Amino acid sequence: MLRSRIIPCLLVHKKGLVKTVNFKNSKYVGDPINAVKIFNEKEVDELIVLDIDATKDQRGPDFTLIRNLAAECRMPFCYGGGVSTVAQARKIISLGAEKVALSSAVINDISLCKAIGIAVGVQSVVVVLDVKKRKLLGGYDIFTNNGQVKSKRRFKEFVVELDQIGVGEIVINSIDNDGVMAGYDMDLASLVRDLCDIPITILGGAGTLDHIKKLISKFKVIGAAAGSLFVFKGKYKAVLINYPNREEKFPLYKEIRK
Amino acid sequence: MIGIINYGSGNIEAISNIYNRLNIECKVINNLKDFESVDRLILPGVGSFDECMKQLNNSGFKEKLNRIVLEDKVPILGICIGMHIMGNSSEEGVLEGLGWIPGKIKKFDKSLLVNKPYLPHMGWNNVNNIHDHIIFTGVNENQGFYFVHSYYYECEKEQNTLTICNYGLDFSSSIFKENIFGMQFHPEKSHSNGENLLSNFAKLDIC
Repeated sequence: MLRSRIIPCLLVHKKGLVKTVNFKNSKYVGDPINAVKIFNEKEVDELIVLDIDATKDQRGPDFTLIRNLAAECRMPFCYGGGVSTVAQARKIISLGAEKVALSSAVINDISLCKAIGIAVGVQSVVVVLDVKKRKLLGGYDIFTNNGQVKSKRRFKEFVVELDQIGVGEIVINSIDNDGVMAGYDMDLASLVRDLCDIPITILGGAGTLDHIKKLISKFKVIGAAAGSLFVFKGKYKAVLINYPNREEKFPLYKEIRK
Repeated sequence: MIGIINYGSGNIEAISNIYNRLNIECKVINNLKDFESVDRLILPGVGSFDECMKQLNNSGFKEKLNRIVLEDKVPILGICIGMHIMGNSSEEGVLEGLGWIPGKIKKFDKSLLVNKPYLPHMGWNNVNNIHDHIIFTGVNENQGFYFVHSYYYECEKEQNTLTICNYGLDFSSSIFKENIFGMQFHPEKSHSNGENLLSNFAKLDIC
């Protein structure tokens, strides 16, 4: 049976790893290579690493870091941050990454998805959308530059457009739930699942394995990504890289009976 | 020495990373001369069937491969589209495959799948080693492998199916015929299972 993917998502800031709350208050949690080594040993299903400085600093991806990370990975590895050209995407894949994550560049110009898809294969193109709930009107807005810039793109229409143009996967990152560890925004997940047919991964909010179990039970086959859950331990949030082992993971795929 | 065939398609680096870590000698084959010192081969492949066949046809490797695989019986392992092109034809394209293991590449039938996302079949799935082949020594079948594909290999002869996997229907997740192996999943992205398999392939005594 095809299993849902349980995916740690790591954020790179000033060459170190950080974890944020609502995209703010970044806390240092360690060295990227070291963390990837540990996640590799723990046999994670997949790994996402996002450089949160690149777009903000108006620079491209750090290829040296990508090369070093990819050399440690024996699992699908997705890299994002500052990717805005076909050549950059091609280079990232050639270094041993499985997927390349795009965000602000494709929000500005969706045709980039197609061009990169042709160059590296559609299945390797991941689009990350950082979204925030609208306070009064309901619905969601897309943000770029670490939640600083609100995009003019309409969220629902854009998801449909991505589905039609053909991308490998959409990662939906809830800014409201980032680092809160109180559970995923299930309504947001349902909304996106209904809008498109392609694989989706939900990020933002997971605080326990139960949260992941709930998401999987509802959607059967989905990507369940988390940051805080896999880098913190205990109520004082001590930094400790962790991930469920095979015995802990298999019950997560079992359906919750109502 | 393992030779990873670089014909312009496939994630060469991910495979050589694993062999480097295992301290197993490997090299990338960029031209005909590079074939000289290798005694087994890996045929990667990403993208589409026709694109891979086109690149292989243009690489100048095809004749050489036919000779050393079919006549000299050098062990070869095809991964993903590298496996598909070992077949006769594909619903994904119009070009002729290598025809090493009789079979046709077909698209998954969406109507057999109950949940979104229907395609691609992407993620970790278990496999069933129906032949109990030595190349799967140390592989945990329940843990399985990482897959990403929308087309699957339909073997003409049942005896060429090495493992089966289920996605809407049972399909050949790996195939073999004497010295020729094809894997639909990605051993280079499948942790200890993939590492065991790549290491077993390196040590395989076929003759």
